Amino acid sequence: MFLCDDTAIEFTPQPGAGAPVWRGHAPSGDELKDFAAAAHLAGGRLAAIWGSDERQRGSGFRLHCVFGLDRGHAWVSFDLPADEPSYPDLSGIFSAANRMQRATRDMVGIAADGDDQRPWLRHGAWPADWYPLRHDAVHAAGMGAGFDNLPSDYDFVQVGGEGAHEIPVGPIHAGIIEPGHFRFSVIGERVLRLEQRLGYQHKGVEKLFIGADMAHGARLVGRVSGDSTCAYAWAYADAVEAACGVAAPPRALMLRALMLERERVANHLGDLGALGNDAAFAFGLTQFMRLKEDWLRLNHKLFGHRFMMDRITPGGVAADVDAPALAAMVEQCGVIGGEVKKLRTLYDEHAGLQDRFVTTGVIDAALARELSLTGMAARASGLLLDGRTHRQGYTPPPPYATLGVRPVTDERGDVAARVAVRFDEISESLRLLREIAVGMPSGDTRVAVAPVAGASGLGVIEGWRGEVLVGVQFDKDGKLARAHPHDPSWQIWPALEHAVMKDIVPDFPLINKSFNLSYSGADL
Amino acid sequence: MIPLLRHIFRTGILTEPVPDADDGPRREIDRLHDEILHVLGRALTIREVDAGSCNGCELEIHALNNPYYNLEGRGIKFVASPRHADMLLVTGPVTKNMENALRIAYDCTPDPKLVVAVGDCGCNGGVFGESYASCGAVENVVGVDLRIPGCPPTPLALMQGILAAVRKSK
Repeated sequence: MFLCDDTAIEFTPQPGAGAPVWRGHAPSGDELKDFAAAAHLAGGRLAAIWGSDERQRGSGFRLHCVFGLDRGHAWVSFDLPADEPSYPDLSGIFSAANRMQRATRDMVGIAADGDDQRPWLRHGAWPADWYPLRHDAVHAAGMGAGFDNLPSDYDFVQVGGEGAHEIPVGPIHAGIIEPGHFRFSVIGERVLRLEQRLGYQHKGVEKLFIGADMAHGARLVGRVSGDSTCAYAWAYADAVEAACGVAAPPRALMLRALMLERERVANHLGDLGALGNDAAFAFGLTQFMRLKEDWLRLNHKLFGHRFMMDRITPGGVAADVDAPALAAMVEQCGVIGGEVKKLRTLYDEHAGLQDRFVTTGVIDAALARELSLTGMAARASGLLLDGRTHRQGYTPPPPYATLGVRPVTDERGDVAARVAVRFDEISESLRLLREIAVGMPSGDTRVAVAPVAGASGLGVIEGWRGEVLVGVQFDKDGKLARAHPHDPSWQIWPALEHAVMKDIVPDFPLINKSFNLSYSGADL
Repeated sequence: MIPLLRHIFRTGILTEPVPDADDGPRREIDRLHDEILHVLGRALTIREVDAGSCNGCELEIHALNNPYYNLEGRGIKFVASPRHADMLLVTGPVTKNMENALRIAYDCTPDPKLVVAVGDCGCNGGVFGESYASCGAVENVVGVDLRIPGCPPTPLALMQGILAAVRKSK
């Protein structure tokens, strides 16, 4: 087989035009664990873990593990008996498994046999023996939902020693950002340890997918993480199209790429400004926010929405652009590109700014690999991982296969590297947008998609932050039986815990912003 | 330093009287700005609380401080502590896991205070509604003075909503 010869797992390629996915079923827990170990040995990463309740479909529970490998993604499922739903702990092989496994237990009630059984998404809003994603998990509709919202305690790892103390931060932070709790253990200003407790944004998204129709699922998935709405919508569309055996027309694929690259540029512009601001360089914030506003206003003009929400749908796109619109876009790419180039010189030559950026918040390549990082964070640590680019044995899905994306990496792994990668990615995306405008094929922008009872699919998209995955499964009536959106922040949050360790408390906001992770995307 | 100053000079002042260059709303904004000064003294301070949003609303609230909208230039400032705030700007839906934190922030905000619910989710629960994990609308948890719908609301809608809340309170 394509990964290792001795695995008992039979893989078949998923049909469709999306990113390459192979699907297999692990006959036993040992086989699952062996495969995970082989994937790790081959330099692979853990891409996602989720669970589903299959008892209505005649079996027990099912565990889904997705591994990112050189040639694509391996989606391995493993069936668990209804009466004793337990599976081997994978966190010893991939540390990223820890939070995903704990969340899977909170949501579906299937547990890994590891030591860390602390809840993750469940705080105190529902009982420990009630699992929201089980089919028999009925609860009163409305705000009370039948449960008391109890205050909860969390077992943080304590740091001892003379002078060591804790700084609790959150869930409400000082800025205009999402909520989460950070527990710093420090001596003086130096951070000894950071432990995150997330889940504050948990609003029951996965439960809402169950029984929803395809169109409503698209609306929901576009609101998992607002800054990545295009990436989620495309990943969902890919998953649905793979399940239903349809292919979006070439013009739709090109328009999707156009929107995804515009989303990437918008986020990088905003973050580059915020990074300047977090190093007390307010000039940077003002300048980049100006460019971002220009960018979003053109989004509104071209697509009727500043963030292009609900514009990518299963079967194609719900928006089209004409030649004058493409010309306006190309012109703006030139203007913004010129401005960004000037600002980059100002950033690079500002000694105070570089002093804050360089050697701050370092993640080296080995650690990035160990933590299963993807996306901008991985590339800034020297890993050449980008689902849009060709690499040995891997061909990106259309339209990226023909666009020829030049990957951007930086080996330093610090804040400065993440700043540099963002600058380079803006240039590359601007170049791609011009290519897209020139090569825009004519034809339909949408085909009809009819749900296929019982079918399932997985979509993988290289969003601005990293790899966004969406797995879907239809029930016998063509409604969604299960959908799992997976944000790259799941894997990158633990990297933030590592990145601050040698730095001081005031560097944390800067390091945090250099990743700018999603709370909502991972809290679901 | 000189290239930096040159860049600032070249950029100039971009602040728009109001995003739609139309005389009516401009006078309205100016008048409301006078009212803010009259009602609240020198300025308005806002504590933004994300009680469960997808982050879309936050992106637009951030935009309020870009040079085009320049909210801080109008004397409206976002502050870090609810104890320093006149207004809570709350995005939703309020998750169960944030319900308590929102109540604490509300209690910490000195009276008289204004609460503005932002976005479709903050106004009525949006696509997420009420469930085992979500309390839905902000008003299900704390009293709300004004609602700004939209998914997400545009910076202009946010600005108009904030000013309307101030006027309403007068």
